Amino acid sequence: MNRRIFARVLALHLGVVALLLVAQFFLSPYHHTNLARIMIFATFASGYNILLGYTGLLSLGHAMFFAAGVYGAGLPVFYLGFGAPEAFATGVASSFALAIVFGLIVIRTGGVSFLIVTLMFAQAAFLATLYFNEITLGDQGIVISQTLPPLEVGGAVLEFSDPDVKYNAALLLFAVAFLVCMAIVYSPIGRVFVAIRENEARTRMLGYNTYKYKLASLTISATISGASGAMYALLFSYIGSTFASIEYSIFPLLWTLVGGMGTLLGPLLGTGLMFYLVDIASGLTESHLIVVGIALVALVLYFPKGLMGTIREKWLPWLP
Amino acid sequence: MSLGPHLFLALLEGTVTALVLALTALGLSLVFGVMRIVNIAHGEFFMLGAVLAWWFGSLVGGSALVGFLVALLLGPLVVGAIAVASDWLILRRVDYDPESTIVATIGLLYIIQQIVLTFYGGDAKSVEAPVYFRVSFPWFGYSGYKLVVAGTSALLLIGTWIVISRTQMGLYMRATQQDEEMAQAYGVPVRRVYALVFGFGAALAAAAGVLVVPMQQAHYLMGLDPLLLSFIVVIIGGLGNLRGTLVAAFVIGITDGVISVFFSPTLAKILATLLVALVLVVRPGGLFGEEEA
Repeated sequence: MNRRIFARVLALHLGVVALLLVAQFFLSPYHHTNLARIMIFATFASGYNILLGYTGLLSLGHAMFFAAGVYGAGLPVFYLGFGAPEAFATGVASSFALAIVFGLIVIRTGGVSFLIVTLMFAQAAFLATLYFNEITLGDQGIVISQTLPPLEVGGAVLEFSDPDVKYNAALLLFAVAFLVCMAIVYSPIGRVFVAIRENEARTRMLGYNTYKYKLASLTISATISGASGAMYALLFSYIGSTFASIEYSIFPLLWTLVGGMGTLLGPLLGTGLMFYLVDIASGLTESHLIVVGIALVALVLYFPKGLMGTIREKWLPWLP
Repeated sequence: MSLGPHLFLALLEGTVTALVLALTALGLSLVFGVMRIVNIAHGEFFMLGAVLAWWFGSLVGGSALVGFLVALLLGPLVVGAIAVASDWLILRRVDYDPESTIVATIGLLYIIQQIVLTFYGGDAKSVEAPVYFRVSFPWFGYSGYKLVVAGTSALLLIGTWIVISRTQMGLYMRATQQDEEMAQAYGVPVRRVYALVFGFGAALAAAAGVLVVPMQQAHYLMGLDPLLLSFIVVIIGGLGNLRGTLVAAFVIGITDGVISVFFSPTLAKILATLLVALVLVVRPGGLFGEEEA
């Protein structure tokens, strides 16, 4: 690849991270908290984007992985008194494990079947969080702020209720995920993902084991989603069945489509835009989720490439 | 009660569930078979039927029976018209591309659901049963209305079968299902068939919605369950295979009835969902479907 273009790409994306880092000093407390949430959800969407945007597999079951992160991190904190780093690790590990087991089964299906199977498994997972009510406390959920000990880093004590800790932890997660996604997109593996998206049969004919690559894509995607779930549970100290509901499978799809699937910056922009649209709408009407519906239909009809996809097509063809 | 009557009750409940489920799933299966699209908003058409049943009921006032008959007649028509309009405004424009259609119908799901929330409200509302009598068996009494529901569903299923197998419209539908281009070459108005099938499928779901309201309340979020159950049925029956859909509806309905009476309904749902997902993995065409390459 052209070195100058890569330098430009790197500068742009590091610039975005730097902008987010600086932004915290200028934002009002309200937007400050919002942006922390947006960065976590944008991480979720970035993970989702690896599967949908770069590999071309439409999943309707990512709530399952997000929830695996949420519960994988939250339950050990509540029951075993884990600290934040261990809990984050168990959260990521549970979504990783779930993705491998689930992936081995569902990658066999393609197209419409893949979508329905992911939807069904996610629904089974959602029902399971309700069924094991004694452990998960079902739909009322668990608040873990009482049991989560503050984090000590080099003498400094970090309380998770502190907005600055929230913001910077979210930013750290997002930045790492963002750079990991960039590394994947530019790596040989990422190239194979895109090849599968464009033409799976041809990729197989070239000698690639597409089953393995799709499994890898699903696992990476699910693990990033799980990491965002784990971080969400720790920072906002709530775990509950809502995170496994179908809503949390549809949201990352929406965020990715709004921002532009198959673009690195898309998930962040899409999440931010939709977050504020839904937020504004919820001030106006009880039926604020209609924004989600209208956005989905409008995207399909008028804006299939999303924000960054359109920008890339019209002005900046070098965007990853 | 001993085991025998328990089992009898479970079978009875299961049959009623199965017939209503068959009606809902048939709509989904028809749309998938003919148009090759997955309609995620299908459950919302069911919900619209239920909500309209309440609305017509309160509009007509007086006798519950008149309200019910009006709802059963007009509900599916209105919902069918809404579906035809959404086909016209949305699905046709994305050229029925499978993935765009899925995203669009998810959007449709939210739009319908939130509009209903705005005008109907977030509370569940109940509708009086149009007929009230009890059939007494030696061991327990059984709601006569449930038997009416079963009978009406059976009639509608037979009606649908007649439409598909005996009318010109049905011939067009089957032709389009087999080979869209060839059908078009022979003068079948494929686009119109698509719109009608989408409307017809929605109307079937709405009819099922109207029928169940007196047994369970109408609520704006009630669409998800019938959607997932229909998916299960359609998958086991083979995507787009109508006869398989009916058989599967009975298998699922009766199993669900039996398991729910004897075990936890949630556990039954979890197991059924996992099982069905696995069926789809092993046999992508469904249990009764032809093996796909």
